[in-house]
Amino acid sequence: MDKFTRIDGLVAPLDRANVDTDAIIPKQFLKSIKRSGFGPNLFDEWRYLDHGEPGQDCSNRPLNPDFVLNQPRYQGAQILLARENFGCGSSREHAPWALLDYGFLAVIAPSFADIFFNNCFKNGILPIVMNADEVDRLFKETVATEGYRLTVDLEKQLVTTPGGHGIKFEVDAFRKYCLLNGLDDIGLTLQNADKIKAYEERCKIEAPWLFV
Amino acid sequence: MSAQTLYDKLWQSHVVHTESDGTTLLYIDRHLLHEVTSPQAFEGLRLAGRKPWRLSANLAVADHNVPTTGRAQGIADPISRLQVETLDDNCASFGITEFKMGDVRQGIVHVIGPEQGATLPGMTVVCGDSHTSTHGAFGALAHGIGTSEVEHVLATQCLLQKKSKTMLVRVEGALGMGVTAKDVALAIIGRIGTAGGTGYAIEFGGSAIRALSMEGRMTLCNMAIEAGARAGMVAVDDTTIDYVKGRPYAPKGDLWDQAVTDWHTLVSDADAQFDSVVDLDAAAIKPQVTWGTSPEMVVSIEDKVPDPALESDTVKRGGIERALAYMGLQANTPMTEIKIDKVFIGSCTNSRIEDLRAAAAVAKGKKVAANVKLAMVVPGSGLVKLQAEQEGLDKIFVEAGFEWRDPGCSMCLAMNADRLEPGERCASTSNRNFEGRQGPGGRTHLVSPVMAAAAAIAGHFVDVRQLQGS
Ligand code: SF4
Repeated sequence: MDKFTRIDGLVAPLDRANVDTDAIIPKQFLKSIKRSGFGPNLFDEWRYLDHGEPGQDCSNRPLNPDFVLNQPRYQGAQILLARENFGCGSSREHAPWALLDYGFLAVIAPSFADIFFNNCFKNGILPIVMNADEVDRLFKETVATEGYRLTVDLEKQLVTTPGGHGIKFEVDAFRKYCLLNGLDDIGLTLQNADKIKAYEERCKIEAPWLFV
Repeated sequence: MSAQTLYDKLWQSHVVHTESDGTTLLYIDRHLLHEVTSPQAFEGLRLAGRKPWRLSANLAVADHNVPTTGRAQGIADPISRLQVETLDDNCASFGITEFKMGDVRQGIVHVIGPEQGATLPGMTVVCGDSHTSTHGAFGALAHGIGTSEVEHVLATQCLLQKKSKTMLVRVEGALGMGVTAKDVALAIIGRIGTAGGTGYAIEFGGSAIRALSMEGRMTLCNMAIEAGARAGMVAVDDTTIDYVKGRPYAPKGDLWDQAVTDWHTLVSDADAQFDSVVDLDAAAIKPQVTWGTSPEMVVSIEDKVPDPALESDTVKRGGIERALAYMGLQANTPMTEIKIDKVFIGSCTNSRIEDLRAAAAVAKGKKVAANVKLAMVVPGSGLVKLQAEQEGLDKIFVEAGFEWRDPGCSMCLAMNADRLEPGERCASTSNRNFEGRQGPGGRTHLVSPVMAAAAAIAGHFVDVRQLQGS
C-alpha cells in the first residue's frame, strides 16, 4: 500500500446521495480474477451508454456525455466529492479497488457506509467525513471554478481550498498511522518480521520436520 | 502448568506474538491453495511488490473448476479455464509447487493434502476454503480463510487470530453395521444445529471416534464447519501415525522418530476443561438422510419427512415449510419412499479410497435403477482413482451402471459442467444441501457413500442395513 501524506489534487463532484457499491462497480465485474484493472469500469452504468461486460475494451465504448467524470475538465481528478451515505450496499472490496485504479486517492462526503469506509483504509484511500454545509460549499466552488484543486494534509488533518480556507477533519489515530506509513494488515504484520523469523528459528530446532 | 486441551496445545505452540487485546499472530505451517480464492491474493502480492514468505509451506492444486470427463480437450468454459490458467501462471511465476490438471496427484485440495503427507499432526493448516477443517483429523489446527487472509499468509506466513472456545463432542460405544462417519457427522449436526459450533473449535473424542479410520475422521472434521465451527480435530493416536508414515511429504529416518515422539503429545490432557461438552451414544446412531436445505434438516432413514404443523415455533415452522416446498416433499412421507434422479459419490467429504470401497461393495453385482438418470463416482484425487482401478472398483461401478469420472469437486458445487437440472433430486455424499448448491433448482439429500450406492440401486432411499443384512 502506498503512503498517504499530503495530496494537492483536482476535484471531481459527484452530486448524488446514496451511491452504492453496485453503482461504483457493477456485479458482472466481480467475476474477474484481478483486483486491479477495474478503473475503466468505475461507475460503468452511468459512464457509458452501452452495457459493459468484463474483458471488454472500454476505449471505444460510447461515453455518456452527461456523466460528470466524462467532462474534460475533470480528467485526472484525485479527489472525489460526494454526498451522504457514499458506498452503501454490498461489501465488495472491488469498490475501493475501482476508485483507486481510476486514480482517486481521497473521497470527501458528509457520511459513508461503514464497510466501504473500512475497505478504503485497507486499500490506501482516505475517506473524509465533512459536515454537509462545508461539502455543499466545496461542490459550489468546484463547479464554479475550472481546474479547482484541494490540498489534503493527513498529518495536519486539514483540507485547504484554493482561497486558503482550511477545514479540519477527524480520523482514527490508528488508521492515520497506517495510512501515513503505508501500512496495510500485511504491512503491520511485517513490522513483526523479526519475531516471525525468531519463531521459525526456534521451530527449526524444536520441530525440524516441519522445515524439510 | 494446568491441563490443556489439544486445541490449547496447538494454539500455544504457534503463537508468534500476542497483542494486549488478545489478538495473536499465529504461525502457519501449511498453506494450501486452489484456483478460486487465490487470484486476487497473488495480484495483491504483486501490486505491493511482495514475495511469498516461505515457498515450501505452500502447495497448490486446481479442483473446483476442472472437468471430470474429456480432460484431453481442456476446459470448455472460458471463465473456468482462465481461473485455472491463472493459478498455473501464479504458481509458476512465484515458484509454488502445483499439481496441475494432468498430474496424477491432482485432486480435491482437502484430499491431496493428507494423501501427500503435506498435512501433518501438530501443524496449523489453512486454505481459502471453508472445508479446510478436514485436516484437523490429523491432530492439526486447520481452518478456512478469506482471500485477503490468503494474501496475508502468503506474505507473512502468519494470520491474525483470536482464540476460540473449545467444545468436546464425545461419541462413545460402537457404530452399528452400515453406519459410517458421515452418519455420525450428520447426527451431530442434527443435534447441535448448524450454528451449534459457532465460536468453538470442536474436538471429536470417545471410543467411537478412536475406532474410526483416518478417512472416517476426515469425513467428520470436514463437516465441523457445517456445525458452525471453523475447526474440528481428532487427537493423534497410532491410526494417525500409521496413515502418515511413508507419504511423500512426511518426515523420514531420524526426523520421523523425533516427530512421532512429539505427535504422541497431541491429545487433550485427561483433566482438561472444555467450554462445552456434547455426548452421543454411537449405538443409537442410524443411517442419516437430510430432507431439507440445511445440513441440520436431517433424520434417520427409518423416519419420515417432518410435519411443519407439529412445530410450535413459528419461525422454525416457516423454515420447514420453505424447505419442503423447495425440496418438493410432502410432510410425513417415509424417507424410503423418496425417489431420486441422480447420485453423486464424491467431494472432499466422501471421495477417498475407503468411501469408494464401501460404495462398491454395495453396488457389486447389482444395477442402477432405471429411474436414476445419472449415477456418478468422482474420486477425490488421481491417486485415489488409480488405486481404485488397481482394486477393480471402477469395473464394479461401471458394470452396475455408474459413471467413473476424473477427480475434482464436480457436482459438490457445480462450478464445472456437472450439475443438477431444476427439480432434479440427488443422493449426494457431499456436505452442503443449500438451495441451488448442486445446480439452480437442484434438490440435494446428503447421505453416506453406502447409502448413496444403495439409493442408486433401489432408485429411492433405502436402509442400507437391510441390503447388507440380506
Ligand atoms: S469438494 Fe465441495 S466442499 Fe470440498 S472443496 Fe470442493 S467444492 Fe468445496
